[in-house]
Amino acid sequence: MAQAIAFYFIAACILGFAVLVVSTKDTVHSVLFLVLDFLFVAALYVLLGAEFLAAIQILVYAGGIVVLYLFVVMLVNLKRPPEAHSDPHRRTMLGFLLAGAVLVEVGAIAIYGFSQPAMVPVPGAAMPVTGNTAQIGWLLYTSYLIPFEIASMLLLVAMIGAIVLAKREL
Amino acid sequence: MPITTTHYILLSAALFTIGVVGVMVRRNIIIIFMSIELILNAVNINLIAFSQQLQNGIGQVFAIFVIAVAAAEAAVGLGIILAFYRNKETVNIDEMNVMRS
Repeated sequence: MAQAIAFYFIAACILGFAVLVVSTKDTVHSVLFLVLDFLFVAALYVLLGAEFLAAIQILVYAGGIVVLYLFVVMLVNLKRPPEAHSDPHRRTMLGFLLAGAVLVEVGAIAIYGFSQPAMVPVPGAAMPVTGNTAQIGWLLYTSYLIPFEIASMLLLVAMIGAIVLAKREL
Repeated sequence: MPITTTHYILLSAALFTIGVVGVMVRRNIIIIFMSIELILNAVNINLIAFSQQLQNGIGQVFAIFVIAVAAAEAAVGLGIILAFYRNKETVNIDEMNVMRS
């Protein structure tokens, strides 16, 4: 019962703040609502028993990426709001319709899955460690070592690319 | 009624749709990037819900990879926004048509 109350409260906060992120006129307010949204997603991860992911979510998203966004919003000092100029050929209704189609499709898949017999748990290979963080570390450094190294290369490439893009001249 | 994986998937679908609306409807490119972050968060909720349902940690490992890719995407995308703003003084995607012949 307590879990259900926590889930519905967190879900309402996530969806409400997500709507505010998308609909607020002021970009700075939008970034601040994004922080709150990420914090509630981290709370949802705790509810799902993924404590390490919750810590990563707060450190990387709410701590790193959002600060990056805030820097860019401050650097891009807008004298006129970007929504003022509007393309006469723009089809906003079509955007809403396409998003509604996406919601219907994904929701139908979820409901269809609900009508199927429940998935049986598939325990992975027996791990010599217990605890959420230790298990993720064990998986990352055994079965998923090469994807892990490729992800680190991707981050290096992204860092160099961002520096090259942001420099005024090379 | 206990909270099942379907609840988490429906929440994830709703969050994904809000992100899609942001990408489709808004004209400020910074807001569009934030909507993409919302979409990636919806994907992560899905992965972790299935990880909990199947009682193994592989979904959480993939969620870590998604977070790493999202960080790389944010860094490069915001660099592109800054470079574009220095040249054209706008973040409105309706005015970003330099490659249209």
